Amino acid sequence: MSARHEGEGQHVAPGTVTETGTDAADTPADTAPAAETAPTASSTAGGGSAPEASGPSVLQRIARGNLLVIVLAFVFAFLVGSILILVSDQAFREAAGYFFARPADTFTAAWQAITEAYAAMFRGAVYDYSGAARVAEDIRERGGSGLYVLGPAFLRGIEPLLETLTVATPLIIASVGIAISFRSGLFNIGGTGQLLAGATAAGYVGFAVSLPPVIHLIAALLAAIVAGGIWGGIAGLLKARFGASEVISTIMLNWIAVYGLAFALTTAAFTGANQAQPTSPAVAGTARLPLLAGDDFRLHAGLVLALAAIVFLWWLMNRSTVGFRFRAVGSNPRAAEVAGIDVGRSAVGVMVVAGALVGLAGATHVLGTEHRLTGDVAGSIGFDAITVALLGRSGPVGILLAGLLFAGLSTGGRYMETSEGVPIDLVQVIQALVVLFIAAPPLVRYLVGLRRIDRPRRPRPSRRAAAYAAEKAETSKGAAA
Amino acid sequence: MKLELQGITKVFGTFVANDAIDLVVEPGEIHSLLGENGAGKSTLMNVLYGLYRPDGGEILLDDRPAHFSGPGDAMRAGIGMVHQHFMLVPPFTVAENVMLGHEPTSKGLLDLATARRTVREISERFGFDLEPDAVVEDLPVGAQQRVEIVKALSRRAEVLVLDEPTAVLTPQETDELMGIMRQLRDEGTSIVFITHKLREVKAVADRITVIRRGKVVGTADPTADQTDLASLMVGRAVSLDLDKAPATPGEVALEVRGLSVRDAAGTPVLDRVDLDVHEGEVLGVAGVQGNGQTELTEALLGLQSEARGSIRLRGQELVGRNTRQILDAGVGFVPEDRTHDALIADFTVAENLILDQHHRPPFGSGLSLHPAAIRERATAEVAEFDVRTGSIEDHVSTLSGGNQQKVVMARALGRELSLFIASQPTRGVDVGSIEFLHRRIIAERDKGTPVVIVSTELDEVIQLSDRIAVMYRGAILGIVPATEDRDVLGLMMAGYTVEAAREAVAAGRGRTADSTLAHEGEPA
Repeated sequence: MSARHEGEGQHVAPGTVTETGTDAADTPADTAPAAETAPTASSTAGGGSAPEASGPSVLQRIARGNLLVIVLAFVFAFLVGSILILVSDQAFREAAGYFFARPADTFTAAWQAITEAYAAMFRGAVYDYSGAARVAEDIRERGGSGLYVLGPAFLRGIEPLLETLTVATPLIIASVGIAISFRSGLFNIGGTGQLLAGATAAGYVGFAVSLPPVIHLIAALLAAIVAGGIWGGIAGLLKARFGASEVISTIMLNWIAVYGLAFALTTAAFTGANQAQPTSPAVAGTARLPLLAGDDFRLHAGLVLALAAIVFLWWLMNRSTVGFRFRAVGSNPRAAEVAGIDVGRSAVGVMVVAGALVGLAGATHVLGTEHRLTGDVAGSIGFDAITVALLGRSGPVGILLAGLLFAGLSTGGRYMETSEGVPIDLVQVIQALVVLFIAAPPLVRYLVGLRRIDRPRRPRPSRRAAAYAAEKAETSKGAAA
Repeated sequence: MKLELQGITKVFGTFVANDAIDLVVEPGEIHSLLGENGAGKSTLMNVLYGLYRPDGGEILLDDRPAHFSGPGDAMRAGIGMVHQHFMLVPPFTVAENVMLGHEPTSKGLLDLATARRTVREISERFGFDLEPDAVVEDLPVGAQQRVEIVKALSRRAEVLVLDEPTAVLTPQETDELMGIMRQLRDEGTSIVFITHKLREVKAVADRITVIRRGKVVGTADPTADQTDLASLMVGRAVSLDLDKAPATPGEVALEVRGLSVRDAAGTPVLDRVDLDVHEGEVLGVAGVQGNGQTELTEALLGLQSEARGSIRLRGQELVGRNTRQILDAGVGFVPEDRTHDALIADFTVAENLILDQHHRPPFGSGLSLHPAAIRERATAEVAEFDVRTGSIEDHVSTLSGGNQQKVVMARALGRELSLFIASQPTRGVDVGSIEFLHRRIIAERDKGTPVVIVSTELDEVIQLSDRIAVMYRGAILGIVPATEDRDVLGLMMAGYTVEAAREAVAAGRGRTADSTLAHEGEPA
C-alpha cells in the first residue's frame, strides 16, 4: 500500500495549539485549544457540499429579509416614485415640451418637482419647519419673544410628527400580530378581518354599554382582544383540524368581517337612533383612550399600547415557552412534532394571539382616533400591517421603524397632495414597490450589480493552491525544456 | 476514456473544499474515491460534472483539457453521474425518464419508440431486467438505480460517476450493482466510485484514492488493510471494532404486542409486531429501508395516531398517549432523518438541544424560558459530545452532518431514560464520530437502559446489537442473536424466514462477496 500522510494538512491556526505534533490536533479527544481552532475547519466543512439542514422557508426568507436589500428597495421605490412625480408635474411637462430648445429647463423643473414633493412629504410627516416659521413670525409681529415664540412654533412644527405617531399606533400593534404569525410559519392575510372584529367589539362596548371611566376602557379593549382572538382562532382551528390553508381562510374571513360590519351598521343595534346613516353612535367618553398631547392633537394612549406590543413581541418570541413552540412549528413542524410539540394546537395558539393583537389594534383605532364605527373604519391598516411586518423583518425594532415609516409616508403623502398637488396614490405606489423589491432580493441585487451579496464571494485560491500551481508551471516548463 | 484531474482547487469563502487534488482514472478502471463526509468528494465530483467552476486546476479527458460550464457540457463530453438521491421523475416510465432532457423527436412529436428501444438495448446488454414501460415509482430502489445508470449510458457516458450508490441497497442488491460495475468496466467504461464503506471499496475497486479535508492523502490498492484505510481516511488511528462487554439483560422493559399500523390506503405497513426489549440490552432492527421500521419507531413515539395493539413500557401502556407524554415518560428518541425530523435549521445549537425539554425545569417553567439554564446545558453537552461549533448560538444548519447528529444524540441522551430508540444513529456521520456515537449508545445500555437501534446498515446493527430483529414488509421475520451469520441476515432482509435463510446459506447459496470479505477483513 502506498500511502503518504501529509502533516501540513491540518487546518490549525498557528500559535493557538499548545500541543506539539500535528496529528494531536486532529483527535476529537483533544482539549479546549484544539476544540476552539477546529471549528473553523469543521463548522465550515458542510459548506463544501450543500448545507445539510434545509434553510428557512420562502415565507421566512421574505419575512426576515436582508437589511441592505430593504434599504435598497426603498431607494428604488423612491426613484420610481420620482418618475411618477415628474409625470404628474405640470411645470416639468411644459419644460419637457421644449426639451431640445432648452434642455436645462427640463432638468431644473425635474429637480424642483422632485425635491419639492419629497420636501413636502417630510414637512407633512415629521417636522413642518415652514409652518413653525410662520407661527413664529405671527407671534413676533404681535410682539412676543423668547419662549413665547419657540414654544408654540415648536408645537406647530411637530404637529405632523404627532399625527404620524397617531397613525402608526394601530399599524404597529397590528403588525406585531401579523409578525407573530409570520414567524410561526403562518401567512396570516387576515389583518383586515381581525382588525374589524376588534374594532367592532370595542366600538360596541364603547357606545352601547355604560361603565365607570377606567373600567369601561379596559372592558372595551378586552372585548376587542377576545373578538380578534376568536376571528384569528377560527382560521387557526380550520388549519389545525381540517388542514385548510390559512391564506385562503383568513382572506375569506376578511370579507365576512367587512360585509358583516356593513350589515351590522344597517341594524338598529349598531346605528342607534339615526338609522339613515351607516355609522354607529360615538364611543362614550369613558371608553376613549386618553389623549397624550393635549386636546389640539389626536395623539392618544394607544401609543403606549403599541410600545407594549413591541416589548411583548420580543418577550414572546425570545423568552417564552409558547413562542419557542410557535417558532419551532413555524420552522420545521415535523421536527417540532417529533419533539412532542402539538402542531395543531400551536397553529390555533398562533392565530389566537395574532388575532388578539390585531383586534387590539382595531380597538385603539376606534377608541383613540375614529370614535365611531363606519363601514371602512379599518381603512387599509390590515394590509399595511402585513407590509410593515415584512418590512420590519417581523422583529420588534424593525416593526417599530417600519411602522413609523409607513405612517410617515401616509401623513406626508396627504400633505404632499394638498400642498404640491402630487396625488396621494403615489405613496401607495411607493409602498407597493417597496414590498415588490423586498420580495425579490435577486432583482435588487441585480439592479445594483451586487449579485454575489449572499453567495460565496468568488474566492482567491489558497496560498497552498497558488504555490502548487506555480510549482506545476515550473515543472512543466522544466519538462518542456 | 481516460479522465485526469490536475490540481483541482475549489474554495468556498475561507473554506478550501478541494485543495489541489490530482486524480487519474484510466480507461476501464473502477477508481474508488474514499473519504469521510465533508472530505470534499462530492465537491470534486460536482466540479467534474460542471456544477461548480474550479478555482484552480484542470480537467483532462484523454489528455485534452476540458471546460464545463454546466452538466450539459459534461454529459456531452461523456461524463455520466448517478447521484445518491436519484434524479428521476417518479410518475414517469423508465423510457420517459431515460429520454428526459434529450428527447428523441420525430416530426415534432416525442419518439417514445426510440427511447423504449434504447432502454431495451442497454438493459439487455447488461442484464438489467428493466421494462421500458414500467413506472419508476413502482420499481424497487435497486431498479431505480439501474434506470439512472441506463440514463447515463444512453448518453454515451464513458466515465460514470457513482455517488454513494450502495447507501440505499440491500447487501444482495449491492452485490448485483458490483457485478454491473465490473461488467461496465470490462466493456471499457471508467467508473469513479464514491463511498465511505471500506468493504465495498475492497470488493470492487481497482484503485483507491483517499481524500481527507479536501486533499488527497494517499492512494492504495484494494489489497490494503481495512483498518489502515480507515486510519488514512480519518487521519488518526481508528478501531473499527466496538469493544463492548456482553450485555447483562435485566427484566423485560418494553413489551410490544400485536402492534399494527395501516397507511392512508388501508394497507398494513406494520403488521402485528411482537417485540420484547430487556433492560440493559440493545435490540437491533435490521431491514431494507421502507419495510416498516419508520412506522415502528413512530408508533413507539406516539406519532402514528392509527396504531393498534399494545406497547408497554415498564407496565405503562403507551398506545393512545401523545408524543409529549411518551417523551415525558423518559423515552429518548433519535429520528432517522435529522434534517427533516430532528433539527430546526434556523434554531441555534442551544435551542435545538432543549427542543423536547424546553417546557420543563430548569429550561422553562410556565410561560418563560430560562436562557441561563439553556446556555449552561448547551455548553455542557457541546463539550461532552464534542460538537464542533463556533458557538452554541450558531444556527445548527451551519454544522456539518456529523456534528448535527451529535446534537440530536446529545439531546436524546442528555437525561435519565427509561427507553432509548435510535433510528439510523450514524447516518451520514464520519468514521471518527461513528466510533464515538456507538460508544455512547453502549454506555447507555450498560446503565441498564433498554435500547432499540434501527438501521439499514447491517454492519451497524451487527456491531451494536445483542439481538437482531429483521423486518420485512411490516412484519418481524424473526429475532436472532447478534452472532447470526451475515448472509442469513442478508437473506432475511430479502424476505427469507430464519430457517429458509439458514438452509440456503448452508447449501452455499446466498453467499455475498461482501460477506466473504467481511470474514477475511475483520480481525476475529
